[in-house]
Amino acid sequence: MDNIVFLAFRRMRRPLLILVVTHAVATLGLTLIPGQDDAGNLWYMDFFHAFYFVSFMSTTIGFGEIPYAFTDGQRLWVTFSLYASVVVWFYAIGKLLALVQERTFRQALIERRFARRVRAQLKPFYIVCGYGETGSALIRSLTDRHQDVVTIDNDQERIDSLELENLRQFVPALCADARRPQHLIDAGLKHPLCQGVVALTNVNKANLKVAITSKLLHPRIKVICRADSHDVEANMRSFGTDYIVNPFDTFALHLATALQAPGLYLLQEWLAGNRDLSLREPVYPPKRGHWIVCGYGRFGRAVYQRLKEEGIDPVVVDVSKRVNSPPDGVLIEGRGTEAVTLEEAGIGKAVGLVAGTDDDANNLSIIMTARELTSNLFVVARQSNLDNTQIFDAVGADIIMHPSSIIANRIRVMLGTPLLHDFIGLAMYQDEAWACDLVKRIALLVDNERPEVWELHIDSDSALAVSGALAHGRVVHLSDLTRDPRDRERVLPTIPLMIIRHGARMMLPPLDTHLKVTDRVLFCGKRSAADRMGWTLQNYYALDYVLTGENKPRSWFWRSLKLNRTNSAES
Amino acid sequence: MNPEKVVFGFFIVLALTLNFGFFVGELDNPEHHHVYELFAVVVVNLIATVLKFGDRTQMGAVLLATSLVAVLQLLVAVLVWAVAEHVTETGLTPGVTASIVSLSGGAMLANVVSVVLLVIETVMLRR
Repeated sequence: MDNIVFLAFRRMRRPLLILVVTHAVATLGLTLIPGQDDAGNLWYMDFFHAFYFVSFMSTTIGFGEIPYAFTDGQRLWVTFSLYASVVVWFYAIGKLLALVQERTFRQALIERRFARRVRAQLKPFYIVCGYGETGSALIRSLTDRHQDVVTIDNDQERIDSLELENLRQFVPALCADARRPQHLIDAGLKHPLCQGVVALTNVNKANLKVAITSKLLHPRIKVICRADSHDVEANMRSFGTDYIVNPFDTFALHLATALQAPGLYLLQEWLAGNRDLSLREPVYPPKRGHWIVCGYGRFGRAVYQRLKEEGIDPVVVDVSKRVNSPPDGVLIEGRGTEAVTLEEAGIGKAVGLVAGTDDDANNLSIIMTARELTSNLFVVARQSNLDNTQIFDAVGADIIMHPSSIIANRIRVMLGTPLLHDFIGLAMYQDEAWACDLVKRIALLVDNERPEVWELHIDSDSALAVSGALAHGRVVHLSDLTRDPRDRERVLPTIPLMIIRHGARMMLPPLDTHLKVTDRVLFCGKRSAADRMGWTLQNYYALDYVLTGENKPRSWFWRSLKLNRTNSAES
Repeated sequence: MNPEKVVFGFFIVLALTLNFGFFVGELDNPEHHHVYELFAVVVVNLIATVLKFGDRTQMGAVLLATSLVAVLQLLVAVLVWAVAEHVTETGLTPGVTASIVSLSGGAMLANVVSVVLLVIETVMLRR
């Protein structure tokens, strides 16, 4: 607001000054020049008429000479002042129009509109800096879950593309540099409902700056950052950035999980993956044998290191022999799309292939060539662009990994269901049998629907009835929550995955666990179960029924009637 | 020496001096208050107001406010004059003259504040 008025005033100062002076001179001149009235007497125009005449002179030429016909001397003066005032008016109006069209002015207008829209936010929201491949995937998955998001990117084209996306929620977007604190404040950094800031730009320095700004200006909110190097990662960690996501490490860890623990990988995909993916059977990649990794960029390197740790010694194929920190094993020069290179890498005896270059077309070509050369090959494909989903599905890779959506999902889980993030972290330490068992239990529960995951806080806000009952010393078991509030003999299709009590985590808590106030519980199951459970949590009567099996009378009349009856029965 | 400051100070002080010139004299005697003087006061005050546009400081805001007050008072004075001369055609009776002059007196007070602020700012800057 200030900015715009200030700009307009400053630009209009000179035109307005000239306008005032021109009109003053013209008016003054008219009062000084002698004229004649209708009787031919000497007459001087007074200020009132002079001002009136000058005012309409420049806008409606030919209105007439008032109050008496002018003398030639007056006409001469009017001619001069006419041209002068018309030119000055054009100048002033032109200036005003130019100001409206000016880039800085328009940018100021856009920023103001954006800031006003963000200020009017009524629901909790997140700020996402950087609307690239990852940013758009994150915003899509957040808005799909009815979360409000505000985004900033410094590329107008990307902001425009946001408007074309068919998102469920309106996402206010601003084309601006997120490194400037003012833009972050405009985006709602100091807004009391701001829940977190996610910095996903591809510039490390920018992410760092966003993280520092957010931590300083609003220390309580969650800050999640992307960092491409361990150096920057350490820097971000030093001032308390909540989560740091390294796309290359994350991708490699994901791949390693898929290779080493398919059950766990499946569990993770089910609980935290994209909602539109269908449930699949676990895939078991060969753990021994000859592997080929195509592409040795930052992704390829991370994958190579991981495979090494798993005890596989893969052959690396890359276009250039001069790569950063070359692998200990064999490095073959070539693109991998042609048969010669693949044969040189020993495709004949290979059991697995990672097509991990940063070019989708090349990756597809590698897979198709390799499939022609050998049958029975386990293929991992890296997909960079979301638009190519159909062709990646068609090529029939065993695992398709889209790094941007992997990271987006991970961040979405951190933001929306932090307990799930903890759970997956802890699940990594469990063995494969545990994971397979849990996958089977969940599959039975949800009959091929995608399982929903939700968090529960036992407090007066989200569990009024339960926390009230607990405060009155009643005992509520975990199993009581999983009963159907319509028929307590039936069990809701849900599994409690984890309880956090005073910071201590309990994985897969037994159903006879006693609940305590301030417990946080992570559930997974059918979506309908979450709604049903809401009744038990919030409604005293539903809770009473679930706990005791009897419907208590609700009104004073029936209560007193019942009380009398029990009294008389006792006596 | 900053030419902008010269012009700025010139118009602010001129607004005050002209205003004073119009104001002095017997309150209800139209002979003592010339119409050209009032015209000059209005024009110079308008210029001074426009000159104060676009200053973002607190001082700038207060200066602009005083100028707006002065312009408002003067425009009302002019309006009273025009109505008395041309609409009701009572002419400059002592009562009308008194109200015109006292309105311009109010404007002068605003102009005095303006000049005082200018002086304070100059003294505080001292460079």
